Amino acid sequence: MLALGLGLGALAVVVVLSIAVGSGPTTLDEVWRALVAPTGSPADIVVRDLRVPRTLLGVMVGAALGVAGTLMQGHTRNPLADPSLLGISGGAAFCVVLATTVLGVSDVYGYIWFAFAGAALAAMIVFSLGAASRGGPTPVTLALAGLAVSELLLAITSGLVLGDGPSLDAYRFWSAGALDDRGADLILQVLPFVLVGLALAAANARALDVLALGEDSARGLGQNVTRARVVGLLAVTLLAGAAVAVSGPIGFVGLIAPHIVRSLVGPSHGRLLPLAALVGAVLVVAADVVGRVVVRPGELAVGIVLGIVGAPFFIALVRRRSVRL
Amino acid sequence: MTTETDTTETGTTETGAGTRVPDAVAGRRPLRAGPVSAVWRPRGAAVVLVGAAVLVLVGAVSIGRGDYPIAVGDVLRVLFGGGSRSETFVVTELRLPRVLTGALVGAALGIAGAITQGVARNPLTSPDVLGVTDGAGVAALLVLVLAGTGGSAVGLLAALGLPLAALVGGLLAAALVVVLAYRQGLDAFRFILVGLGISVALVSVTSWLLVIANVQQAGLALVWLRGSLNARGWEHVLPVAVVLVLVVPVTIALTFRLDALDLGDDTARGLGVRVDRTRISLLGLAVVLAASATAAAGPIRFVALVVPQVSLRLAGGSRPPLIASAIAGAVLVVAGDLLARTVLGGEVPVGVVTVVLGAPYLLFLLVRRTRKDSA
Repeated sequence: MLALGLGLGALAVVVVLSIAVGSGPTTLDEVWRALVAPTGSPADIVVRDLRVPRTLLGVMVGAALGVAGTLMQGHTRNPLADPSLLGISGGAAFCVVLATTVLGVSDVYGYIWFAFAGAALAAMIVFSLGAASRGGPTPVTLALAGLAVSELLLAITSGLVLGDGPSLDAYRFWSAGALDDRGADLILQVLPFVLVGLALAAANARALDVLALGEDSARGLGQNVTRARVVGLLAVTLLAGAAVAVSGPIGFVGLIAPHIVRSLVGPSHGRLLPLAALVGAVLVVAADVVGRVVVRPGELAVGIVLGIVGAPFFIALVRRRSVRL
Repeated sequence: MTTETDTTETGTTETGAGTRVPDAVAGRRPLRAGPVSAVWRPRGAAVVLVGAAVLVLVGAVSIGRGDYPIAVGDVLRVLFGGGSRSETFVVTELRLPRVLTGALVGAALGIAGAITQGVARNPLTSPDVLGVTDGAGVAALLVLVLAGTGGSAVGLLAALGLPLAALVGGLLAAALVVVLAYRQGLDAFRFILVGLGISVALVSVTSWLLVIANVQQAGLALVWLRGSLNARGWEHVLPVAVVLVLVVPVTIALTFRLDALDLGDDTARGLGVRVDRTRISLLGLAVVLAASATAAAGPIRFVALVVPQVSLRLAGGSRPPLIASAIAGAVLVVAGDLLARTVLGGEVPVGVVTVVLGAPYLLFLLVRRTRKDSA
C-alpha cells in the first residue's frame, strides 16, 4: 500500500510538472485557469491542446512499456529483458516505417496493425530462441538475439528510406521516440489496444508467479504453460506495439520499471504489474519534462533522454554480481 | 584438440595432470626460426591462397562494372601495368581506390574480429559490441552536423576531419566499455552487455544529432552511418593501409602468447605470460584496427563478427586465423559492395548488405549455442 501511495504521489507530481512546465513560459495561475475556465488565450491553447494530451500520452505509453517489460522479464526469467533491448520495439518500428514510407499508410488505424505485426514477429523470434534451450536463454543470448533482430530490421529500414528525401525526414524524427505533436484523438484511437493488453497482462499475473518456479514445476501444479505463454506474448505484442505506434521506439522503461518495483514489493506479479505500470508512466512523463527543460528553447525527445539515462542503469545492473550472465 | 604451444622448444612438458605432451603433433610439421615456432598447416595456407585469388577476381569484376564497363581481363592487364590510357585512368584514379578501401577495411575488420574472438574465446564477441562503431558514429555525426556551430570540443573534432574524429570517437567509446566491464578480470559476457548498454546510449545521442540536423546533413549522416564506399579515394586508402602495416606485425607477435592462453589462465601464467596485459594489448590493437576501418568507410557492421567464424571453419584450427580472416573480410566487403552496386541499385550502402547477411548468421550461432548448451 505504501508503494502504491508513493507511486501515485510521484505520478501526480510529474503530471503537474508536465502540464505546468514547457519551452514556452506559463505561470501556474495561467495553467490553473486554462484547466478550469478556458478563455481561448494562447496559454489556454498551449495547456489544453498541447500539454495535456502529451502528458496523457506519456502516461499511457509509460504504463504500457512498464507492464510489457515486467511480462517479458517474467516469461524469460531474465532480469535484462526489455521491449527495446530484445528488438520488439525495433520490429514494430520497422513495420511502421515500411507501412508509412513504402505503402503510403498515414492513418494510425492503418499502421498500428503493422506495429503489432512487427512486434509479434520480433517477440516470436526472441521467445523461440528461448525455447531452443532447456534451462531458458541466458541474458546474453537474449540480448544478442535482440541486437541481431533490431540491427537487421534497422538496416533494411534505412535501405528503404535512404533514397527517399521526405521519408527520410519523417523517419529521423519518428525514430527518436517523442510525445509531441500527437494530438488527443490519437490517444483515444490507441487506448483500446492498450487496455486489452493490460487486461491480458492482469490475467497472466498468477500464471507468471507459477512459471517463476520453472516450467516443469508449473506443469506439475496444473498450469497450462502454453496458454500462459501465448497470453503473455499477445499482451507484450499489444502493449509494445501500441506504444511504438504512437511514440516511436522508447527504450529502457520496460527494463527499469520492474526493477524499481521489485525492490519495493517483491516478486509477486499481482503487485508487480500495476505498480510497474505506474512507475513506467512516471518515468516516461518525467523524462519528457526533463527533455523539455534541458536544451531550451529546443526539446530533447523522450526516447533520447531515456536512452542516455537508462544506459548507466543497465550497466550497473550488468556489473552487479547477482545477475547470472 | 590441436595444440600449437611454445613447448616444442623444450621437447616435452609436464602439464598439471601429469600427461606428457609430445614435441610434435602427429602429422603436423613444426616450423622453427630462432625462438619462434609454429605449425605448418597446409589447409590454412590453401585457404589464404584461394581467398587471395578470389579477392583479386572479385575486385577486378567490381572495378570493371560502372558507366564505362571494362572487361575483367582488361582490368587485370591494367592492374599489372598494361592497358590503354583511358582504361588506366578510369581504373587507377576512379575505381581502384574504392575497391582497395573496401578490401583494406574488410581486412582490418576481419583481423580485429579474429583477435577479439580469440582473446574472449567466444564467437559472439566482436569490436562492434565494444562500442567502437557507435562511438565512431557519434563523433562523425558531431562533425557532420555541428561543425562550425558547436563548442570548442566539437571545433577540435572538426579540425581533425571526419575520419580522425571517428577514430577518436571509436577509441574513446571502446576505452569506456573496457573500463566499465573490467572487474577482476575480463568476462566476455559482461563485455558484450556493457558494450550493448553503451551502444544504446550512443545511439540515442546519434538520433538526437539526426533530429537537429537539416535534411541535407541528415541524408549524408544516414548514408555514413550505414557504412558506404561511395566516393572513396586514395586519401581513404592510405590511413587504413598505414594502420594495417603498423599493427598487423605486432598482432602476429602477440598472438603467440594467445596460444599459451588457450591452455587456461593458470597454465599460461605458469608459462610466463602476463595474462591480463596480453589480453588488454590485443584488444587495444583490435580496437585500433576496427576504429580506423570505421573511420575510412563508416560502420560496416557484422563483418568482424561473421568473418572470423567462417574462416575458422574453412581453415580449421583452435581459434580464428588472422590472415585468413583478413582475406575473407576483404572478400566479403568488396563482394558486398559489388552486390549493392549492381543487384540492389546504386544507392544501397555496403553496410546494409553485410548486416542483412550477418545478422541471421548471429541468430544461427545463438540457436546452435543454446542447443549445444542444453544437450
